[in-house]
Amino acid sequence: MRALWIAVFCAMLAACASTDEQTAAGVEDRKPGTEARGVEAGGPSGVGLTDAQRAALTNPSSPLSKRSIFYDFDKYDVKPEYRPLVEAHAGFLRDNSSLKILIQGNTDDRGSREYNIALGQRRSDGVKKMMILLGVREDQVESVSLGEEKPRAQGSTEDARAQNRRSDILYPGEY
Amino acid sequence: MAQLELHPVTKIAKDRRAAPMRWRARVLGALCAICAMLLALAAAPAAAQLTIEITGAGEKRLPVAIVPLAGEGALPASISSIVRADLERSGLFRGIEVPVMQPHPTETSNVDYAEWRARLADALVLGSVATRPDGKFEVRFRLFDVVKQTAIGGVAYTLTREQARATAHRIADYVYEKLTGEKGVFATKIAYVVKRGSVYELQIADADGANGFFVLRSNEPILSPVWSPNGSQLAYVSFEQKKPIVYVHSLRDGRRRVVANFKGSNSAPAWAPDANTLAVTLSRDGGSQLFLVNSDGSNVRRLTRTSAIDTEPRFSPDGQFIYFTSDRGGSPQVYRMPTGGGTAQRITFDGDYNVSPRLSPDGKRLAFIHRSSGRFQAALLDLDTRQMQILTDSTRDESPSFAPNGRMILFATVIGGRGVLSAVSADGRVKQRLTVAAGDVREPAWGPFIQ
Repeated sequence: MRALWIAVFCAMLAACASTDEQTAAGVEDRKPGTEARGVEAGGPSGVGLTDAQRAALTNPSSPLSKRSIFYDFDKYDVKPEYRPLVEAHAGFLRDNSSLKILIQGNTDDRGSREYNIALGQRRSDGVKKMMILLGVREDQVESVSLGEEKPRAQGSTEDARAQNRRSDILYPGEY
Repeated sequence: MAQLELHPVTKIAKDRRAAPMRWRARVLGALCAICAMLLALAAAPAAAQLTIEITGAGEKRLPVAIVPLAGEGALPASISSIVRADLERSGLFRGIEVPVMQPHPTETSNVDYAEWRARLADALVLGSVATRPDGKFEVRFRLFDVVKQTAIGGVAYTLTREQARATAHRIADYVYEKLTGEKGVFATKIAYVVKRGSVYELQIADADGANGFFVLRSNEPILSPVWSPNGSQLAYVSFEQKKPIVYVHSLRDGRRRVVANFKGSNSAPAWAPDANTLAVTLSRDGGSQLFLVNSDGSNVRRLTRTSAIDTEPRFSPDGQFIYFTSDRGGSPQVYRMPTGGGTAQRITFDGDYNVSPRLSPDGKRLAFIHRSSGRFQAALLDLDTRQMQILTDSTRDESPSFAPNGRMILFATVIGGRGVLSAVSADGRVKQRLTVAAGDVREPAWGPFIQ
């Protein structure tokens, strides 16, 4: 249900942005002959999941229902205990080769926000690399970082920080 | 008066490449209204103003008497009070209590220097406010050196009611410059991010925290605002598309544009002194690497080629070098490299975590965040002598930003679990704190001198 609302919100945002683009058309002329102005059509597409895919991804007895990889302080390697999780998702993406996912890397709240974006990126890049080694196509995966900006657990306790040092795997409709 | 002009913004300017769709626009009009509430772009008074608190002052403060300007009650803000507060906030001046005087002296009065000397004033400001037939006001003032018994100078301004505060800041700047020999920053602006609950606002306020208003409100994080060299635009990172994307936002008309939205993360914008180029951190080629991009988003070119993290770029004031944070040596340290590319040179050596480099306006000092014993503190490095100084006794400092005259450094810190802004003089003596009621303040960026 929550995912649905997020999807609705995203659709509204997208609709809104494109509407305003129309009203603002001609204001920002694109200079011919120059490279595209830093704008690329999104990341992974928002193509929805089939019912069967959704069922497979949410079956609590399947490793596919697990989406988070946790890290030690200042580390970005996927620990052995999370390998089965990454392998399961890699297999699912190989079997469903039109699906695209987003991997969001996160950090705890210590240190520079911008440097933490880079640290979170290293975490999501690590998961992406592992998936590609497992046969997933590069264009099926976008790895991004949210740095310390979207903590799952609030507060600065060690327990909260451990929950926030994390990569999340998100399928269409989940972001 | 030349004033930074900030106009209301009512819509999101083009920042996506989706094709125009008329039918869709109509059908989804209502949705967009809701959408606008969720991600509103408008210049509107902030719900809560920043409150400033001075927590330290310089040792030698020049005693100055700011006499209430005759007729200043006609203006919505007390010019003399603001001038005095500005000067005192610098830590270099001490305002002297001025008794009620009859007749009330103005800039045209004959100054009784002996009397002001007896009150221990070294400098004196007298002035007046007159209402003009067109409804505008005329403010005149004169600055006197009481010790030398001479008039230093004065200015007359024509202003509207709304410009009273701005005029007071300009008078304070004039007094500051005449008495210290360096330019004042009281008329400059600061940008910062306020987080209240799950709402993020990019705000701009006067350097004293007054007149705050938001230029962007979002349900997703906003970070790393940086002013264009002439103060007409802000570049920043917004998560509104569920990942970090770099935008440039015009403060003249509220339009904004995407400067970098590539696959992966886009962050850490920095303006080149010529305002035509930005340095950014992109992960599009894997890892976090530095790139240059034209301010219209064109001509992206890669600057660093390492397997390390390279981020937080800043141009030196002469544009020759880019300072940045890199962990290529095993721990995050500040490096610099020529803007045209080439070998990077390590700048910080003390400790195993030195990040967020910011050059002083004269390019001679580097402010950054230094970690030692688990504490993150604003620090200053003299680039000639290599002397490093820790500027604070706090534990969670972030995002330092130099005042355009180089005298103060504004940064974010956490006090009592809340995000606040703090300012410290480059000698570590003068300290101020800016807080906002019921919210966290962070990501400060001190704007340039007003042109």
